[in-house]
Amino acid sequence: MNDFIQHTINGLALGSIYALVALGYTMVFGVLQLINFAHGDIFMVGSFIGLYFARYFLGGAEPSVLGTLLVVGVAMIGSAIVGVIIEKFAYRPLRKAPRINILITAIGVSLFLQYGGQLVFGASPQFFPNILPRQNIDLGGDIFLDSNQITIFLVSFVLMVILQYLVFKTQFGRAMRAISHSLDTANVIGINVNKVILITFIIGSSLAGAAGVLYGIAYPKIDPLLGLLPGLKAFIAAVLGGIGNITGAVIGAVLLGLSETYVAGYISSTYRDALAFVILILVLLLRPGGILGSKKIEKV
Amino acid sequence: MKLILQTLMLASIFALAGCNSNKGDKIMIGNFGSLTGAEATFGLSTRDGIILALEEWNKKGGVLGKQIELIAYDNQGKPEEARLSVEKLINIDNVVAILGEVASTRSLAGAPVAQQNKVPMISPSSTNPMVTQKGDFIFRVCFIDPFQGEVIAKFAYNSLKLRKAAILRDSKSDYSMGLSQFFANTFTALGGEIVGDEKYASGDVDFKAQLTNLKSKQPDFIYVPGYYTEVGLVARQAREQGIKVPLMGGDGWDSSKLTEIGGESVEGNYFSNHYTVEDPRPEVQNFIKNYKARFGTTPDSLAALAYDSAQVLFDSLKRANTIDGEKLRDAIAATKDFPGVTGIITLNKERDAVKSAVVLQVKDGLFKFVETINP
Repeated sequence: MNDFIQHTINGLALGSIYALVALGYTMVFGVLQLINFAHGDIFMVGSFIGLYFARYFLGGAEPSVLGTLLVVGVAMIGSAIVGVIIEKFAYRPLRKAPRINILITAIGVSLFLQYGGQLVFGASPQFFPNILPRQNIDLGGDIFLDSNQITIFLVSFVLMVILQYLVFKTQFGRAMRAISHSLDTANVIGINVNKVILITFIIGSSLAGAAGVLYGIAYPKIDPLLGLLPGLKAFIAAVLGGIGNITGAVIGAVLLGLSETYVAGYISSTYRDALAFVILILVLLLRPGGILGSKKIEKV
Repeated sequence: MKLILQTLMLASIFALAGCNSNKGDKIMIGNFGSLTGAEATFGLSTRDGIILALEEWNKKGGVLGKQIELIAYDNQGKPEEARLSVEKLINIDNVVAILGEVASTRSLAGAPVAQQNKVPMISPSSTNPMVTQKGDFIFRVCFIDPFQGEVIAKFAYNSLKLRKAAILRDSKSDYSMGLSQFFANTFTALGGEIVGDEKYASGDVDFKAQLTNLKSKQPDFIYVPGYYTEVGLVARQAREQGIKVPLMGGDGWDSSKLTEIGGESVEGNYFSNHYTVEDPRPEVQNFIKNYKARFGTTPDSLAALAYDSAQVLFDSLKRANTIDGEKLRDAIAATKDFPGVTGIITLNKERDAVKSAVVLQVKDGLFKFVETINP
C-alpha cells in the first residue's frame, strides 16, 4: 500500500510536467487545428535556456526558491520568444495553405530545432545545476515527498490556474475561444486573429519553457533530443484528454503520468514508453474524441 | 534513409580502400570510442590515454623506425556507429591495429569486423567475457566481469558484513547484465540473499518506480552496475525516495561526471575499479604526473587502461618487428609480466589480463581507495 502511494506521488509529479507541455499542444490545436510538432522542442529549448541562465548568471549561488523562480521566469520568456519567431516565420505565411503543408512545416521546424540544437548546445548531454534547496519530507510509513516534486506541483498548479483565468475570464480568452469555434467568423466580427494566435503561441511556449526547467530540476540530464519523447507523450496526453480541450489535456497528462509509473512499478519499466502508444491507439479506436473531447470525428 | 546512407558509406569505403597505407613513414593505429553522448568521458579519457603513450614512444623514435599516428573516430555511444568506425579504420585508413572500445556492447559490435579482417584489436576496458570470445585477434588489458562481480560481492559480504542485496541493472547493456549476474552468483554462494532485481534501459531518466519497489524489500545495499550518467541520476532519485543504504557498482562509475550529476547523493557509495590514483608505485605516479601536465586533469582508470593498452600494442609491435597482422597477433598474445599502470599485465589463453581490483569510495567528490581484492 505504501508502495502504491509512493508510485502515485511520483506519477502525479511526472503527469504535472506532461500537463504543462500538453496544454501548449491543445491550445494551438484549439485555435489553428494544427498539431505543433515543434512544441516538444520548444520544451527542450526552454530547458537549455534555464540551464545556461542558471549556470552563468546564478553560477555558484546557493540553491534558493527565489533563484528557481527566476530561472523558470527567464526560461518562459525565452521560450515565448522562440515560439513567436516560429509562428511568424514558419506558420503565419502558411495560414491559407492546405493543412497538410503546415503540418509538414511543423515537423520541419521540430527537426530544425533538434539538429540546430546539437550545433549550438553540442550533442553531449549537459547536467542541470542544482538550483533548488533539497529537502525530503517524510510522510510517514516510508513515503517521501521531495522538494522537487513539491515545486513541480506548485508551479504547474499556479500556471494552470492563471491559464484557466486567461481563457475563461478575459477578453483575450473569449477571442481565443471564438477563433477555435470558427476562425473565419471570428475574423468577420472584428477579432484580430493574428494577434490572438500570436498570444496563444506565447502562452503555450512559455508553459513549455517552464516545464523544461521543472523537468531539468527533476531529471538533470539535458540534451538537444530531449524534447522528443516528452513531447510525444504530452501530445498523446492531449489526445487522450480530447485535443483542443484545456481541462482534458491536464486530465490526460495526469492519467498518462500515473499509468506510466504504475506500469514501471508493477509490470516492467521496459513497457513504460510502449504504454503511452498503446493508450494512443486505444483512444483512437474506442473514443476518437478523447475523454472530454467532442464526439464529432474529423478526418485529417 | 539510414540504410541508404550506410550503403553509400560502405560503397565509398570500398572505393577508397587502399588510398592510405602504412607503407609510408608512419604507422597508423586506430581508436573508436564515445567522444560524445552519455558516455563521452569514457571515449575522451581513452583517446587521451592513447595519445600520451603514443607521444612518449614517438619522442623515443617511434616503433620499427617509424612515427606512430592515431586515427580516432567518434561512435556517439551507439553500437551501429561503433561497427561502422571499425570498418572505416580497417578499410579506409588501413590501420595496423585497433584500440577500443570501453563499453562491452560496442566492443562486441566492432570485434567481429576486426576479427574478419585479421586486424588485432585490444580493448582497454571492456570487461564482459564475450568480447575476447569473438576471435583470436581480440584482446583486452583489463580483468573480466566474473571477477569484477566477485569483488563487490566479497567486499560487501566480508568487509561490510552486508547480507541482503538488491540489483538495479541496465537491460540494454551487455556489461551491466553480465556483471549483475556474476555479482549475484558470488553473493548468493557466499550466503547472501538477493532480495530484489529491477531493470532500466540506458537513456532512461526516471528510476523512481524501480527504486520504490526495491526500497520496500529493505536491502542492506543496492548494486547498480551501470554507466555514470544513469548511476548519477539513480543516486539522486534514491536519496529523494528516502533510500539511505549504500549503492555499489563497477568500473562504469569511473568518471568525474558521476559527482557532477549525482552531487552529494553519490557520497559514501562504493565501486570496483582498475586502479587508484593513491597507488604509490612509480609507474602510476609518473603516469598521473605526465597526464596532468599534458591534459590538465587527473586520469581516471579508463585513461590508465588506454595508456596500458597502447603500451602493450607498441611493445608487441617492437617484438613482432613487423606490421603483419598475424605476427602482431602472436606477439600481443605473448605479452607477459608487462609493468602497466593498472598492474602487471600477462595475457592468458582467453586473451584476457588477470589483475587485482580495487574498491573505491566516493568521498568529498573524489574516489578514495578502500581495499584491494586479488583474483
